[in-house]
Amino acid sequence: MVKTPKPKELTENLLEKPNLLRGDQPKQSWMETPVEFKPGTYCHAAKPKVLEGLGFPNPREWQPGDDDWQLPDGWEETILKGFQERLKKFRSFKLYMDICVRCGACADKCHFFLGSGDPKNMPVLRAELVRSIYRGEFKTAGKILGSIAGGRKMTIGVLKEWFMYFHQCTQCRRCSVFCPYGIDTAEITMMAREMMSLVGANINWIMEPVSNCNRTGNHLGLQPHAFVSSIRSLCEDIEEITGVSIDVPFNKKGAEILFITPSADAFAMPGIYTMMGYLLLFKHIGLDYTMSTYASEGGNFGSFTNNETMKMLNAKMYAEAKRLGVKWILGGECGHMWRVVHQYMDTMNGPADFLELPKSPITGTVFSNAASTKMVHIAEFTADLIKHGKLKLDPSRNDHWHTTWHDSCNTARGMGLLEEPRYVLQNVVNKFHEMPENTIREQTFCCGSGTGLNTDEFMEVRMKGGLPRANAVKYVMEKHDVNLLSCVCAIDRATLSSLVQYWVPGMEVSGLHELVGNALVFEGEKWPRAMDLREDEPYDYEEPEEEPEAEAPAEATEEGGEGDV
Amino acid sequence: MSMLVSLIAVFGLVAVSYMMELVGLHTVLGIIIPYTAVLVFLGGFTYRIIDWARSPVPFKIPTTCGQQESLSWIKHNKLESPSTTGQVMARMFLEVFFFRSLFRNTKTDATEGPRLLYTSDKFLWLGGIVFHWTFLVIVLRHFRLFVEPVPGFVHLLESVDGFIQLTLPTFYMTDMVIVLVVTYLFIRRVVIPQVKYISLAADFFPLLLILAIALTGILMRYILKVNIVGVKELVHGLFALSPVIPDNLGSTAYIFYIHLFLVSSLLVYFPFSKLMHMGGVFMSPTRNLPNDSRKHRHINPWNDPNIKPHSYEAYEDDFRKVMKSVGLPLEKDVDGEEEGEK
Repeated sequence: MVKTPKPKELTENLLEKPNLLRGDQPKQSWMETPVEFKPGTYCHAAKPKVLEGLGFPNPREWQPGDDDWQLPDGWEETILKGFQERLKKFRSFKLYMDICVRCGACADKCHFFLGSGDPKNMPVLRAELVRSIYRGEFKTAGKILGSIAGGRKMTIGVLKEWFMYFHQCTQCRRCSVFCPYGIDTAEITMMAREMMSLVGANINWIMEPVSNCNRTGNHLGLQPHAFVSSIRSLCEDIEEITGVSIDVPFNKKGAEILFITPSADAFAMPGIYTMMGYLLLFKHIGLDYTMSTYASEGGNFGSFTNNETMKMLNAKMYAEAKRLGVKWILGGECGHMWRVVHQYMDTMNGPADFLELPKSPITGTVFSNAASTKMVHIAEFTADLIKHGKLKLDPSRNDHWHTTWHDSCNTARGMGLLEEPRYVLQNVVNKFHEMPENTIREQTFCCGSGTGLNTDEFMEVRMKGGLPRANAVKYVMEKHDVNLLSCVCAIDRATLSSLVQYWVPGMEVSGLHELVGNALVFEGEKWPRAMDLREDEPYDYEEPEEEPEAEAPAEATEEGGEGDV
Repeated sequence: MSMLVSLIAVFGLVAVSYMMELVGLHTVLGIIIPYTAVLVFLGGFTYRIIDWARSPVPFKIPTTCGQQESLSWIKHNKLESPSTTGQVMARMFLEVFFFRSLFRNTKTDATEGPRLLYTSDKFLWLGGIVFHWTFLVIVLRHFRLFVEPVPGFVHLLESVDGFIQLTLPTFYMTDMVIVLVVTYLFIRRVVIPQVKYISLAADFFPLLLILAIALTGILMRYILKVNIVGVKELVHGLFALSPVIPDNLGSTAYIFYIHLFLVSSLLVYFPFSKLMHMGGVFMSPTRNLPNDSRKHRHINPWNDPNIKPHSYEAYEDDFRKVMKSVGLPLEKDVDGEEEGEK
């Protein structure tokens, strides 16, 4: 087990050692600075059986710290051929190789750079790791003049550098917001990871979930009965806590709506509370829905690998919707799942002409913004329900929480889902404060562990990369006594929990629908409750009289309270 | 190192053109090189645009910097998350003419705690926008030399630009501003550690070249005072496709030829350099596409229809028994019989 440095050590690292963020110029030029693989700074290599099972190239036993990466003969050619192929397939890639003026606007926008000060974590330099090969291998000036023209050749040193730094980019797109040409490092990272996949330079934390997801339907490889049992046991908890009995339909043909959410919500803390929230919501409105064990994963680690794998995994959603004969698909809280669903799914696996225009069966609202994809985000769905007064909510049931809102990178910068979750949140809680404006909405900071980097052996880099987010959380904790960081992303729910434990002890993390679940008022429910969905005991609870009376349902408020910024 | 290389290159260009003028290669300097440069520029620019356009845009990937269009009562940010072509054009207009994304720029500092502080930093935006607009005004002002009669907008520009009547000939503010702003852009590259660390020769060279063009232009106009009538004659000839080398440029003609040679160098360099951001900015898929990918299907020309998911049937084959054990409906029952719809 790798030892993670203490917060004090990382702080010293940031503030006392020479650091480009604070203006200390490195002595060596970046091209002459080789990478060094120290434990805690890289993810374990993909296991051979995982790559074999997926038909990926060069399966073998190896680790990034090895001197010899056991690459096949002619691997340089393979990469360069793959490079040219991708220049022809992606205008974004080709354009972003050519037009950067190195103005430096992006330099201090990356959470990994802010947390580590490592020059190669500046988005511009991360991209130059690839651009230098583009110039040195494909451009006349670079071929002749070499480093004077900013070019260099593809070597094992470069590949190691790619492996290190394209697994220190979470494709969060924050740099792209500030770039005058919209150059998106996420595009470059995607291409670099695709090229690395060609020679077997993959990490296990991405490839094993891909493999599991492919065969069993979800990342952890939970087989159908285990998945079903897991959700049923959550239903038992719900009944115990609220007295509301829920029977979740699985693989049910003819249901109106197929509900797909990241599988982490079915088994991981604190995602399970969010799952309980969804189930309570569906019960509350009597929704005709089904979950699927075959398409039991909303997340898509294929999108962290290559576009073909992303397509293959994503294709299950429409395939299952078609098999079950549902009308449309409702998607749960997840960041990168929504990047894929919003910007890629219809293009890759559409047209979904076997589905109908999504229409809320409760309010009659037509989601015309999803007219082609036929998939609606649950925050959009729930916001609409609340707006139409269809939910009986008592936000005081969340009074033990003083909340703030974390915009997940993908839903913020790859979708524009900003107000819907805030509207829902402010209708189910009474206490809410925004984090500082440079750290939310389109400028939000990544948790530091996205794109399949949420593995324990990588904790040091994750804690560095998560610092800007943690810092803003700490600010509202100190200033406004915030104690709950809420979000709509499954990776966030897991990784922010480790992050705040490290940097902001005392802070908790939740999904949006956990709070919805707490606030929902049911007929004949157990109230007052002994505990909230976490089975904590925040309420003034006394043993109920013989016949407990349900509290009068509170009306849903029309407008959300204003959070101050 | 990269700075030195760029400096030597620019001095080299000046020296070469000076010597060519000395030995009297006026036809080469005044006609052949400018024509070649313009052809290379136009051809190269067009080629680069077509070359980019040949690569398709497989996915609709706008960077959304504001609220999407969703429920009717949620205020849609039409500029930062455009959902129609018109809104995209408005977003692009602000990007191209006002550098809206750069306007957002912040500077981050790490202080005790650790605490990260973000402060607004508009200097790069200001430097960038002043440079580009000034450059444009100067180029447009030169139309006085290109065509006869002088177009109306040139008179307007000249009267605004020459508002401060300090010198004779009329002093243009843009002449001073471009020298200052290019110097600023150069200095920030040398002084700001992050920017210095990433700078290549390809970043210093165009700045120095443009600075040299501006300085030779200023020398020519205000100090060495080349005969403007001769200059007009030569440039008009070039534009009218009947080139002539006038003999009335005066004793300081060399400065004009150096200026013209440097401009030609810039034109030749342009299509093969980062300066192509001028064309590229219009083609960036994170900015020039609407955020309507769930509403309208985007087509990827190389989408591979043969990529299929691991099928439900294969999945059920793998897990039929355990599925039955928890009461999940099956397409085929455990003993292999087709089962009806549940």
